[in-house]
Amino acid sequence: MRRACSLSRRQTLLRMIAGAGTLGLAACDRVSRSVRGMSVIDSAETLTRTIQRALMAPREALAPEYGQSDISPGFKPNGSVDPDDPDYVAARDEKFVNWKLKVSGLVEKPLQLSLQELRQMPSRTQITRHDCVEGWSCIGKWKGAPLKNILDAAGLKPATRYIALHCADQLEQTLDGSGQYYETIDLIDAYHPQTILAYELNDEALPVSHGAPLRLRVERQLGYKMAKYVMEIEAIDSFEKMGRGKGGFWEDRGYEWYAGI
Amino acid sequence: MNSPLRQDAATTGRRIIVRHSILVRATHWINALCFAFLLLSGLQIFNAHPSLNFGNRTDFDHPFFELSARQDADGDIKGVTTIFGKAINTTGFLGASRDDGGELAPRGFPSWATIPSYQDLATGRRWHFFFAWILALNGLVYFFNLFARRHIRDFVPTLAEWREIPHAIIEHARLRFPKGDAALHYNVLQKLAYLSVIVAFPLLILAGLTMSPSIDATFPWLVSLFGGRQSARAIHFIVAFYLVGFIVVHLAMVLISGFLNNMWSMITGRYAIEEETP
Repeated sequence: MRRACSLSRRQTLLRMIAGAGTLGLAACDRVSRSVRGMSVIDSAETLTRTIQRALMAPREALAPEYGQSDISPGFKPNGSVDPDDPDYVAARDEKFVNWKLKVSGLVEKPLQLSLQELRQMPSRTQITRHDCVEGWSCIGKWKGAPLKNILDAAGLKPATRYIALHCADQLEQTLDGSGQYYETIDLIDAYHPQTILAYELNDEALPVSHGAPLRLRVERQLGYKMAKYVMEIEAIDSFEKMGRGKGGFWEDRGYEWYAGI
Repeated sequence: MNSPLRQDAATTGRRIIVRHSILVRATHWINALCFAFLLLSGLQIFNAHPSLNFGNRTDFDHPFFELSARQDADGDIKGVTTIFGKAINTTGFLGASRDDGGELAPRGFPSWATIPSYQDLATGRRWHFFFAWILALNGLVYFFNLFARRHIRDFVPTLAEWREIPHAIIEHARLRFPKGDAALHYNVLQKLAYLSVIVAFPLLILAGLTMSPSIDATFPWLVSLFGGRQSARAIHFIVAFYLVGFIVVHLAMVLISGFLNNMWSMITGRYAIEEETP
């Protein structure tokens, strides 16, 4: 009798715990889908960015660089791997010989740079670790033109706060064009010595699957910041009117603008 | 409740002591709440790439731990957990579990174990970092108290206690818990268990931080300390599950060694000790 009683009490207790758990998780789902609920949860990003940026004195702190033997045997391509935009396909088919990178926005001198011109600029080569937001890492050797030199050649106007990168790939098919890939970085990252527009991966011309002809490297942030198929870089003072206003393709879909963690 | 202490006819009286300070009680419950959210949002994040390996870079072909889904000859989906090359069928729980519609779908951890319940890495990360901040700040308060007030001494076993371990294990297995003056301080097994948690939390946080590319630029020694970013990710996961194991045992002990008395002492600080008969 006693035993039966204590068993049923235990079952009741377990059921109560399971019930509370289910209710709790349902509440989490509701918060996750509500704008106001997530605005509280999202405040952590500001704290993370502020603290990580404050800790990063000097701001030029370099991401770890690795040796030749550390390079991943197969660097995983992610996101778009073969854009179908007609202009891009045409440029790709002629190996980007007539293709030009546009530098626009809040600059003294808008530029159009061919791949040849970019290759003639001073270059930086770095073997770095690419950390995807999903959790995996690949190590590759990148060669490219430091973004700083390109921005200096164009001359940034004082109002510039961000650099936007407009890309050739549509990662999501949408009617309003908001599926077009773009990214924004601030000037701390834009002027960082390891921030380059890469045109080579592992000593070969950047493959299409990795963003040919140009891909951004921002080594202190996660992979989604490192836009592929960069067609145009634009100096801007705000990204509110771009895309859905959060500063990037993945940012518009809930990911943090500051991807340092 | 079903406390063996209550049923022990040999005991005579009770005395009430103050066992936990307000600071320990507050940080304990905040920590418990944060850990629950961090664990479930962590499993959501893990589901985006449900495999682990050591080193700096991911070895996609040879993880030491992986949750995956396979299709068998009939076209049915099977959930498979692979540990050091050994594949175990975990259909319905790990690798593949039922979605909202009741259909088996590929999924690392099942929806009842993740925040949010549906697949959403971005939102899982938001929850994770929000509670990570609270956990870390709460931990700072706890650790300051731990060392400033020499509370740490309560957890370090004495030389005599080390020798007592086999005896203490037997006593625990018989569910005989200390009474009288012996109940005033933690026994050696409690000390070691709590000490391991005091080490595990900072380790968990450091391994988590090592996954941050920005932190790695500022403190490159962290990457070396853990033997690479993927190692840090694996250690973050392993330590989290060590803590899950600890919590299971912890809750079981709370239940069987006087549930109400234990709960009361962690809420109000006051703990009743059964006096030993002379």
